[in-house]
Amino acid sequence: MARLSVNIGSLQLKNPVMTASGTFGYGPEFADFMDLSTLGGIIVKGTTLHAREGNDYPRMAETPSGMLNAVGLQNKGVNYFAEKIYPGIKDCGTEVIVNVSGATVSDYVGVAERLLDLDRIHAIEVNISCPNVKQGGMAFGTTAKGAASVTAALRKAWDRTLIVKLSPNVTDITEIARAVEDEGADSVSLINTLMGMAVDVEHRRPCLSTVTGGLSGPAVRPVAVRMVWQVAKAVKIPVIGLGGITCGRDALEFLMAGATAVEVGTANFLDPAVSAKIVDEINDYCSRNKIADIREIIGII
Amino acid sequence: MKNNSSNPAKVVCDMTVEANTPLGQLYGLLALRADGPLPAISAGQFAQVRIDRSKTTFLRRPISICTADAASGRIELLVRRAGAGTDALLACEPGEKVNLMLPLGRGFSRPAKRDAKALLIGGGVGVAPMLALGLELKAEGYAPEFLLGARTAADLLLLDRFEAIGPVHLTTDDGSAGTRGVVTAHARLQRPVDNIYCCGPKPMMVAVAKAASRIGASCEVSLENMMACGVGACLCCVEKTTKGNVCVCTEGPVFNINQLTWQD
Repeated sequence: MARLSVNIGSLQLKNPVMTASGTFGYGPEFADFMDLSTLGGIIVKGTTLHAREGNDYPRMAETPSGMLNAVGLQNKGVNYFAEKIYPGIKDCGTEVIVNVSGATVSDYVGVAERLLDLDRIHAIEVNISCPNVKQGGMAFGTTAKGAASVTAALRKAWDRTLIVKLSPNVTDITEIARAVEDEGADSVSLINTLMGMAVDVEHRRPCLSTVTGGLSGPAVRPVAVRMVWQVAKAVKIPVIGLGGITCGRDALEFLMAGATAVEVGTANFLDPAVSAKIVDEINDYCSRNKIADIREIIGII
Repeated sequence: MKNNSSNPAKVVCDMTVEANTPLGQLYGLLALRADGPLPAISAGQFAQVRIDRSKTTFLRRPISICTADAASGRIELLVRRAGAGTDALLACEPGEKVNLMLPLGRGFSRPAKRDAKALLIGGGVGVAPMLALGLELKAEGYAPEFLLGARTAADLLLLDRFEAIGPVHLTTDDGSAGTRGVVTAHARLQRPVDNIYCCGPKPMMVAVAKAASRIGASCEVSLENMMACGVGACLCCVEKTTKGNVCVCTEGPVFNINQLTWQD
């Protein structure tokens, strides 16, 4: 067995495989299919200060090798998470990371402050890249100034590991990555979904109630690998890679391109046990290639 | 965190196609067998079927379980051709393996009274869960009746299986079988009914829900919103309810019409 553990700031992961926010619920949804404790971490559903109903149905459209979604951050708010969900998952045997969203900087800070009460939450992933909400979300993530303002405020409020999730819907993602690094982020994760659109030609209307949505799945993987490679060259903090990972090979692609860890997203919908299998497949790869420590191959490209 | 139960409620497994029986041009009945017993399955639950045969089908397809014998690991799925995914599924040959997640969602409840007049209303391929429910209700001592509707006589599926369970009333749009017209126009709804269970196209279910409210019958409907995950993780298949947006895959697919906002 190779050594698979990696560090993201002060966060220690037993292996580099996490599940991406919005694709794995809070974890227990998948407990019938796999052992959650085999994962490096679970990044739970995007959480806001107050409950959100999300966007109208339809919120999803299947696309070639992927899907569009426009869920719009439906969640019951951080207090509900803290009181009703956290007690049931805090002892699940892996790191639970909360994805934090908001419409204003003070919303983000409010969520983080509430999460400080929860000892087992060692890291947050800040969503400045959701394409499916009118206010906040991607508005912060598409300018260096906006990204820096959220990061700076959270850095003051949150002394544990701070990961900022970046949008690919920008001209130069390395500029945004450097801006959040400068404000004290411990890590960046990328990519969130690519903004896309699909039309139901039989009914002559958009497939999604919001017209546009976020594209995910293997269709986006080469874009994601490229961006991870660019960002890993541009910043000193660890990069977390995601976008269309479906197997160990795909995860290794991101690690070699410079990611210290990865997130598995849409693939959880196709195979509910895929994230555990990816850990096994990375282990197998290391055995076959006589790699003693996964860090030997991180960023070798 | 493992599920504490030694028998998980849900499994993902390869099942072998035992038979694939075409039912006219548009439909087919797939008989599938798992290597061992399946978890308990109740009428109204569904399976998420991976379609390996179709390169353009990315997501699993949610398909209502038509009949189930969990102990022997057997299920039947009634499938309507709706696109490349279901076309590919209906092209499966006996002996082929198909990967399924099941059983998912919540099924139908039971009538409050043992002697309840239960009417099971199915439209088109929506008859699938009505067969499962009819079999369960009959086995539990209820006396279910069926009201089945379709466009033409050729779209009335598995009639002999329904007739073996209880009285069957029919409607077709063109009058080629049973009463001409929609299910809600059938005379059976003029006589007393305590519990209505319904699955079919949404306009039909909305009409049935209205009729149920009018005659004071309890009514459950099975929804078929588009899904991605099937386990309540992606929040794509939501339906507006009296409690806000809820996942059809976990809170449903069966809902009492009082939970829905159709009549607002």
